[in-house]
Amino acid sequence: MKTDIILAGVGGQGIISIAATIGMASLKNNLYFKQAEVHGMSQRGGAVQSHFRLSDKEIASDLIPMGSADIILSVEPMESLRYLPFLSETGWLVTNTRPYVNIPNYPELAEIIKEIEKHPNHIALDADQIAQDIGAARSSNIVMLGAASPFIQMPFESLEEGIRKIFGSKGEDVVNANLKALHAGKQFSDSKK
Amino acid sequence: MQKLLLLGDEAIAQGAIDGGISGIYAYPGTPSTEITEYVQHSKQAKDLKIHSQWATNEKTAYECALGMSYAGKRVITCMKHVGLNVAADAFINSAITGVNGGLIVVSADDPSMHSSQNEQDSRFYGKFALIPVLEPANQQEAYDMTYDGLDFSEKYGVPVMLRLTTRLAHSRSSIEIKETKKQNDLKLPGNPTQFVLLPSIARKQYKNLLEKQAAFEEESDKSKYNFYVEGTDKSLGIIACGLAFNYLSENFSGSKCPYPIVKIGQYPLPRKKIERLFAECKEVLVLEDGYPMIEELLKGYLNKEKVKGRLDGTVPRDGELDPNIVAKALGLPNTVLNEIPSIVKNRPPSMCNGCSHIDVYNALNEAIKEYGAGRVFSDIGCYTLGALPPFNAINSCVDMGASITMAKGAADAGLVPSVCILGDSTFTHGGMTGLLDCLRDNSPVTIIISDNYTTAMTGGQDSAGTQKLDKICIGLGVEPSHVRIMNPLKKHHEENVKILKEEFAYNGVSVIIPQRECIQTAARSAREKRSQ
Repeated sequence: MKTDIILAGVGGQGIISIAATIGMASLKNNLYFKQAEVHGMSQRGGAVQSHFRLSDKEIASDLIPMGSADIILSVEPMESLRYLPFLSETGWLVTNTRPYVNIPNYPELAEIIKEIEKHPNHIALDADQIAQDIGAARSSNIVMLGAASPFIQMPFESLEEGIRKIFGSKGEDVVNANLKALHAGKQFSDSKK
Repeated sequence: MQKLLLLGDEAIAQGAIDGGISGIYAYPGTPSTEITEYVQHSKQAKDLKIHSQWATNEKTAYECALGMSYAGKRVITCMKHVGLNVAADAFINSAITGVNGGLIVVSADDPSMHSSQNEQDSRFYGKFALIPVLEPANQQEAYDMTYDGLDFSEKYGVPVMLRLTTRLAHSRSSIEIKETKKQNDLKLPGNPTQFVLLPSIARKQYKNLLEKQAAFEEESDKSKYNFYVEGTDKSLGIIACGLAFNYLSENFSGSKCPYPIVKIGQYPLPRKKIERLFAECKEVLVLEDGYPMIEELLKGYLNKEKVKGRLDGTVPRDGELDPNIVAKALGLPNTVLNEIPSIVKNRPPSMCNGCSHIDVYNALNEAIKEYGAGRVFSDIGCYTLGALPPFNAINSCVDMGASITMAKGAADAGLVPSVCILGDSTFTHGGMTGLLDCLRDNSPVTIIISDNYTTAMTGGQDSAGTQKLDKICIGLGVEPSHVRIMNPLKKHHEENVKILKEEFAYNGVSVIIPQRECIQTAARSAREKRSQ
């Protein structure tokens, strides 16, 4: 069993929190994992990615080889396309459709969606809208984690447990908002599968 | 056994705490920053009273570490690869003095230049200083090498280098930790002249260091970090250093690499294992992150050995390795199915919305217009992003503090006015001595120190001289009437342009200090206040 995930987004969009949640959940399940993060200069509004590897066997490389990611989990639509060379033949492209426009030559959203839809295995959702609708506006990243959860090979309950651990220090309200976000994301994907 | 979930950097920090250090000295620099931050936030380190305050630059950090070692205590000092250039004088000489308490210098290299000006390979520094170098392949080795490396340093009385790269520094995995060792007692060096590098003493000390070289090689041959993996296909032998070993293994997951391998994690090279590989195999491929150091050494100037790697194009000459580069070097099939669609645009980093540097650049660009472009020297920090559109405001970024001295040299050459811009932490790191150079000549330079109260680029660490830079500059000898404070906000734009223009027109040294807190650290302290 293995799940290789490319987490993608723009610096400051919260992909480290997604990674931390899955990391905590995998520790609970006694799974091996490695997670390569991006720190430093690129964090300032630039494209950022994290390689997250989960397995029941020991993992050699911190980086996912190209052509072998099971999931691209992106919190921004254009960023989901940047890492396509990593996606495996059976891999899933799971992305937020809400663009983060901080460059002058950002492409037309319709063009981006067209590219996303070229992949038979894709889940595309407006996570910001969903997060806002359920009253958890700051948790769109966790909505995305929920949307990817059916493809991550571990029990959903351990992701919930991971949320409680990671956000626990921020109080019960924050934990509940993120749990709601996680469920909302999962619900969306379940309806599309 | 307790398991922790740590970055490579954090594993080093925990290894150092458990290995019995009494202090850590460092200046922030990606990808090394998290080592010191981990110790600063560790309750265990606090209880053990381990010193962890930031140093003003890498040289002062290294020297403090050497002083702590002199006093018999264990210590580590951490920096990014280019930081070791700043500390190089202390570093090279510390190999000659040797150490008393165990000393590890961590140098974090950045191949592919994710956050750096170059991709220099610190292993050369280790070789240059004639000391052992450790190169971890994973988080557990990073922990173990630090933990045991302190013993190793004391055993031979030399500093030991731990070299890692960005990928491991910022990759997280779970590790097992060991029992915490007791810190050393205060104990002076047995030889009272050990640290006195007068030529007559230095010559003896240097001979001592040279005599240890054979022992270092022997240690490498028996080190658990250097091992031989048997292989059946002797047409090729592989030397895989640090992370390269993982990328190699990744390509044979679920099967066995047919070629014999020597995995390297400790330098100097394990001679016996390398000799065996050359005796058994027809050709040797070297996989190393960084420069082709081993490849060049083994190949020799006259090209007598059949060695492949970065120099013959089997592996790209620059940039970090990854599993796909290794696959290609081994002639394995390409697995990439999808290209990046052409509509995907680059998204470079940029200054944050509301950043004080933005207001400084808007004022600077307007004020300097009448003199023409090409006269603004800059430095290392968030404000270096002023080189990009829409600002296009700066013309140099070389090394910490170089903005001031390059501006002076250009002014000496006749480029007047000559302007430079740097941050508060960079000024105290490497700018103050350059300011003294300007003052000696009363050079016509305008120095803008954009004080945002923190070392921002690396995530907001303490800054040594923030909010007292005016006093420092006046103390160094700048005319008080030409030390100008400004408030970098849109509503003060006209006033700031006026201040800049006045000082550009002054034929001497001026310092302009825009003061406003970094919006990232301001937001963080507001959050912390709220949660209290």
